[in-house]
Amino acid sequence: MWSIVHKMGSPPWFYRFANVAIAWLLPIVLMALVVGSIWGLLIAPPDYRQGNSYRIIFIHVPAAVVALAGYYVMATAGLMSLVWKIKMADTAMRALAPVGAALTFVALVTGSIWGKPTWGAWWVWDARITSMLILFFLYLGVMALSEAFDNKVAAAKACAVLSLVGTVNIPIIYKSVDWWYSLHQPASIKFTGESAIDASMLYPLLLMIVAFYGLFALTVLLRMRAELLITYSQSAWLRSELS
Amino acid sequence: MLPELGTFLRFQMQRHLQAALRRPSDIVGPLIFFLMVITLFPIGLGPDPKILASLAPGILWVVALLSSLVVSGRLFQADYEDGTLEQLALSPHPLAISAMVEVFCHWLLSGVLLALASPVFAALLSMPSQAIPVLMASLILGTLCLSLIGAVAASLTVALRRGGVLLSLLSIPLTVPVLIFGTAAVREAALGYDPSSWLALLGALAAGGCILAPLAIAAGLRISLEA
Repeated sequence: MWSIVHKMGSPPWFYRFANVAIAWLLPIVLMALVVGSIWGLLIAPPDYRQGNSYRIIFIHVPAAVVALAGYYVMATAGLMSLVWKIKMADTAMRALAPVGAALTFVALVTGSIWGKPTWGAWWVWDARITSMLILFFLYLGVMALSEAFDNKVAAAKACAVLSLVGTVNIPIIYKSVDWWYSLHQPASIKFTGESAIDASMLYPLLLMIVAFYGLFALTVLLRMRAELLITYSQSAWLRSELS
Repeated sequence: MLPELGTFLRFQMQRHLQAALRRPSDIVGPLIFFLMVITLFPIGLGPDPKILASLAPGILWVVALLSSLVVSGRLFQADYEDGTLEQLALSPHPLAISAMVEVFCHWLLSGVLLALASPVFAALLSMPSQAIPVLMASLILGTLCLSLIGAVAASLTVALRRGGVLLSLLSIPLTVPVLIFGTAAVREAALGYDPSSWLALLGALAAGGCILAPLAIAAGLRISLEA
């Protein structure tokens, strides 16, 4: 297990790994997205109360789930960068923050579009929307901090500390915002026990969540590979790799 | 000869307090800022005491948060510029503890003073007087949390030239629970309910922050010194 961590730290090894992983992920993710979208948007039955407007759930929920998980992935990369000083973990953090922010933004916008027919307003200050907005701010903070440093190593370390502080805070923020206000419907996907959502809607939703995780991994790998190509454009291993 | 930790901490505390007391305008400034921003609300919202009283807990807490953000930009600045911070980082005493001394002094002269002055501001917004002890207690506990969060952000931005806006950007999302618990406590008290559970939550945040924040502050300061 440790040898993998060490290998991960080496840019040439990671470059080759990223090439293979991208080649595998790209068709799988595209297929899952296409199948999931068609299934969710066309085949799944309309909702009894919300009609067709509920279908935005197939974009909204996966984006929100992956956006939140993305912060923890970023914090884990930050911890790896602080503890083991792994170069690729720094690159991963830089690649992760904008992707996570974009997903959070998608979740906020789709939630707002969904809110118009359901609640009759573009924006409602309910617990989950507010938490997502704060998550968006946390991502923006990491991005702004990473931009502000001239020294790349210091920037990555500072972002690592900030994202770890954020990780400790996220559960507190969620709980406090929850207490502050709760008018949202309670969580309806449960992996144990009776699910409140019908199977005909649940399966496409789960497929879309998996597809979004794949899309997230793919985007991050593409961004990391692009950064490697820029950083090491003059080094021998990359030239021999490309020739 | 290196002084023992206790003596060292006493020296540090004396140094910070003395330096702050020699520039009283830095201590009074945030209070005047608080007063001025509070004045803007009746002007903007109209002078109706009922409306002001119902909004008072939120207004007082938001303004306290803003003024705490404004002052936390100064944390570590002087020590970073004159090289003291480097000496503290090199000293065998833990940087986390010496940084905490500075945060603590900062809190005494900003947050605690603000809490002591808050009854005046509460009266300006016609807040019911039974809520005033709770307002003071919540501000004492809450500004400690705010100082700790501000110190984490300041430790990461102290080496940067345009740290001011960035500091707010980093701190504001983290201050949300403090604001929620603080306003909830004051509002409950103003309505005549028991606010003790909210105060307990604020106390828990402050206690947890006192344990965890110094680690982040010390890590942040070391990064800033290397940058």
